[in-house]
Amino acid sequence: MKYIDEYRDPLLARNLLEEIKRKATRHWTIMEICGGQTHSIIRNGIDQLLPDSIELVHGPGCPVCVTPLESIERALLIAAKKDVIFTSFGDMLRVPGCSKDLFMVRSEGGDVRIVFSPLDALQIARDNPLKEIVFFAVGFETTAPANAMAVYQAAREGIENFSVIVSQVMVPPAMCAILSSPDNRVQGFLAAGHVCAIMGYEEYEPVAREFNVPIVPTGFEPVDLLAGILKTLELLEEGRSEVVNLYRRVVSREGNRFAQETIRKVFEVRDRQWRGIGLIPGSGLGLRPDFSRFDAEKKFNVTHICASESPQCKSGSVLQGILKPDACPAFARECTPEHPLGATMVSSEGACAAYYNYHRNAYSL
Amino acid sequence: MCLAIPGKLFEIFDENGLKMGTVDVNGAKTRACLEYVPDIQIGQYTIIHAGFALKIIDEEEAAESLKLWQELIESGAFQPDDDLSSADSL
Amino acid sequence: MTIAPACPLPLMQHETVQMAHGAGGRLSQTLMQRVFMPHLHNSFLDLLDDQAKLELPAGRTAFTTDTYVVSPVFFPGGNIGELAVNGTVNDLAVGGAIPLYLSTGFVLEEGFSLVALETIVMSMASAAQNAGVIIVTGDTKVVGKGQCDSIFINTSGIGTIREGVNLSCCNLKKGDCIILSGTVGDHGMAIMTSREGLSFQSHITSDCAALNGMIGKVLDAVPMIHAMRDPTRGGVAATLNELAHSSSVGIEINETSIPVKPDVRGACELLGIDPLHVANEGKLVLVVPAECSETVLNVMRAHEHGRDAVIIGSVVNDHPGMVVMRTVFGSRRIVDLPLGEQLPRIC
Repeated sequence: MKYIDEYRDPLLARNLLEEIKRKATRHWTIMEICGGQTHSIIRNGIDQLLPDSIELVHGPGCPVCVTPLESIERALLIAAKKDVIFTSFGDMLRVPGCSKDLFMVRSEGGDVRIVFSPLDALQIARDNPLKEIVFFAVGFETTAPANAMAVYQAAREGIENFSVIVSQVMVPPAMCAILSSPDNRVQGFLAAGHVCAIMGYEEYEPVAREFNVPIVPTGFEPVDLLAGILKTLELLEEGRSEVVNLYRRVVSREGNRFAQETIRKVFEVRDRQWRGIGLIPGSGLGLRPDFSRFDAEKKFNVTHICASESPQCKSGSVLQGILKPDACPAFARECTPEHPLGATMVSSEGACAAYYNYHRNAYSL
Repeated sequence: MCLAIPGKLFEIFDENGLKMGTVDVNGAKTRACLEYVPDIQIGQYTIIHAGFALKIIDEEEAAESLKLWQELIESGAFQPDDDLSSADSL
Repeated sequence: MTIAPACPLPLMQHETVQMAHGAGGRLSQTLMQRVFMPHLHNSFLDLLDDQAKLELPAGRTAFTTDTYVVSPVFFPGGNIGELAVNGTVNDLAVGGAIPLYLSTGFVLEEGFSLVALETIVMSMASAAQNAGVIIVTGDTKVVGKGQCDSIFINTSGIGTIREGVNLSCCNLKKGDCIILSGTVGDHGMAIMTSREGLSFQSHITSDCAALNGMIGKVLDAVPMIHAMRDPTRGGVAATLNELAHSSSVGIEINETSIPVKPDVRGACELLGIDPLHVANEGKLVLVVPAECSETVLNVMRAHEHGRDAVIIGSVVNDHPGMVVMRTVFGSRRIVDLPLGEQLPRIC
């Protein structure tokens, strides 16, 4: 497959690994932001192949994982309503609320459907004029353009039976929050390649300067990840806190202006709760007043939201790179993909799920 | 869901006032909205996420990066004949 | 009284299943005469008795049942009817049995097209003939609109177990080779392609096939195969995990050796699905003593359903109950059971 196979070339991967071994003179802690990158690393065993001097910690780049519990609970209440067709990316179906998930709502009779694009949800709205279609608009900046377009298009066509629950989060504020934490051990970042494809990497330059960390926009395939790790290592060894783009076939400094424009038209920056982490100012997106009629949380006015997390769940620490999944006492015991205590164990981008699905036998359980 | 898959555009059409395309991923075909890549031509590669083409893949940059990494072999940093199965010992 | 319809009236496009077709009265008889008997008639069914009276060869008998609820009913490469026949034939064959007789039970939704039903029945007849089995008894019920989705089919099968063959998922031994008969993920991805509401197209076709012919040749050449399974729901991953668990051994497979068709691979990448988790309906996983593996491969590759047969791994004593994959990079990862329904109503 073009633009995939070349970046899974074992020989090229081996080259890069050897260079990493050669260049590392001391221990470095590098964080990969995006859950998709975490999964690729664990799935391909890249962390196993790296020398001990390079420690990878996994970041909060899993929008499913950081969707606030209150949003999940509202989604569950809305999805259970008669005459609502609730649509979502597949990941969200098993994310636990206080006592159930969307999958259970479906088995109790709720019309819950998986879609692969928010435009599919819009089509369902066109096809079902007597129903209310709600879409769970979860994502980082990579998904914001798609979610924005669905709302923009609904407005343009005058589709009134469509609304969204917005759970859009942004990477740079989260990065700053991690770097500002007194427990922070992260010395360099692999920035999320597809987030940067949309937003460019200009906005990381002040972060790199202020916190004195190298930041390297990186892709998702093993060769891309190893090249990103190698560049980050080189910058660390040379004491250079710069942004250097290693995903050049897709990322440019200014990003995708068309996508940014639509995001700006539909969304505005808000403070946002991150599940397991807390409030990060200016880290989320919400619908602008012009589009507030598409806000499902306003439209359905659901109240009585329970918001108590499992006391055992350590998702927050995992998401900030403070705790590795298998160091959590509940990992693979009380907490498994079948009975998750938190979202990180069920999302396709959750670090706990990655460890469980690919790694488990490395830790005698 | 940050995963975006590269594919080759082979058809452009209009739907509901949006510029749409059909993208070929190794023989499997998917529809994608092309509003964010208005300059894309048939035959170019793009990355698809949530039903949208996000960026045209820059083929020159891709070739350049691979060439750079390939040069590591030629620089003699290690022996390319090493059996990959001994990667376990890394 | 035997019924040998000579020239049944052709069905009209608008004709559909009615509640009365399942009531046992005149319309039930009409359904039998116009749809089932023209294609399924044989010395057992023609008697229209409530049971088929069989004489089974001496020795051990294998008996299996399966119910098919695949959606959509017609998919690229097949339909629910041939799936129902081939699936049950395969379940017998992987136990070392020669499949002989099948029963079939239909649950039809009121309003289902009779032309579609006849097409399905014709496919079943053809699949049965191809596999060398006879459908000897059957039943039809009709439920109201919305009480089932189009058509569900149950098939049960009887076969006679070959002498000298002992296939069991508890038989795995350290050093055994794991052989896969061909490309993975074809059936599941063919179903995905035909699901409505997914903006995804391909030319992928289901691999639905009866494997008893190939299995017979393999067992003739090498009777001491340890285990055999057809990796349907849950894919090769589920099958290997079940084998490892049942025998309390570990299994190691090589990522580079798993054959996947390019468009199946593209589809899996697009949908974020692991090909090892995708259902197959015409593939085999065999566990064979290492010294027999070459013979088995040669026999399989000479058969139409085994052209791409390949060794994908081996049985080890490490990590009992777990399946570990060696990646192209030389690292290792677990191949786990898929959590649940990646693709509901896949077979």
